[in-house]
Amino acid sequence: MIELDETDRQILRALRTDASLSAGEIGRRLGLSQPAAWRRIRRLTENGVIAGRRLVLDREALGFGVTVFLGVKLATKGRVSLDEFERAAAAIPEVQTIEHVLGLYDYRLRVVARDLADFERILRRRIMTLPGAGNVEANVMLSEERLVGPL
Amino acid sequence: MLDDLDRRILRHLQPQPGIGTAALSEAAGTTPAVCSRRIARMRDRGILKGQEAVIDWHRLGYSVQVSLRFTLDKTQTNAFDIFIREARKVPEVLEIQTFLGGVDLRLAIIARDMAHYQHLYRSRILTLPHIADIEALVHVARIKDAEALPL
Repeated sequence: MIELDETDRQILRALRTDASLSAGEIGRRLGLSQPAAWRRIRRLTENGVIAGRRLVLDREALGFGVTVFLGVKLATKGRVSLDEFERAAAAIPEVQTIEHVLGLYDYRLRVVARDLADFERILRRRIMTLPGAGNVEANVMLSEERLVGPL
Repeated sequence: MLDDLDRRILRHLQPQPGIGTAALSEAAGTTPAVCSRRIARMRDRGILKGQEAVIDWHRLGYSVQVSLRFTLDKTQTNAFDIFIREARKVPEVLEIQTFLGGVDLRLAIIARDMAHYQHLYRSRILTLPHIADIEALVHVARIKDAEALPL
């Protein structure tokens, strides 16, 4: 486990909201020299604390008006391998995330679609036909916010 | 509206937001000058909202992630607003989504271990206002998490 000091936390907080900030800008905000900020960012990236960057896009402006969270229960555990379900689900472009979970469902999927009619098509043709897929529950997302987390 | 070139640029930028303009323009089949102009235009229009760093919480010692799905007591006016306002104050909450469907609301929450989770659950989650019901899905593995849009 990697221990962070207060300066590392401040750097992560800044990059969490804007990953395009340069080392110089971060240094200026936190009262560090550009090389000192750069060294810390490089260390956080090399040790994997910063796993990558994500583009923040306006989904609706790009024509994806609907985001749905699906809970999927496998009907035929054992006979069909989990690998097979995971591979097939991961290959669907509209499926943004797949999480293997314990609880009411076996998998949690985040799916984007143009509209509800498009979502229904994806659900019928691609999700319900996944190998081993059983009961599926859908919840249409109305709003979302992401927080910085315990930094 | 977006044209094919805008989409090509986003398609190449999405999986590698740190890519330089030279490499991006080459991949999208245009010149760096045009590429920069298009990116600036998409930014001005709010289609490209920015970039955020992805933090690997495992590396920071948070080994437990749970999806908590809530049904709220809607006989209370403003139950959603009051609940969300309180949920934001819990540092371990990473995401808050609201839904149309069987589930009203979801929190993604992280904890150092199961003992820490149990503590958070009792002291910070069960004490949130206007809860009618809670279901938990414990994350086992992430199969796909790029959260990319199929552009």
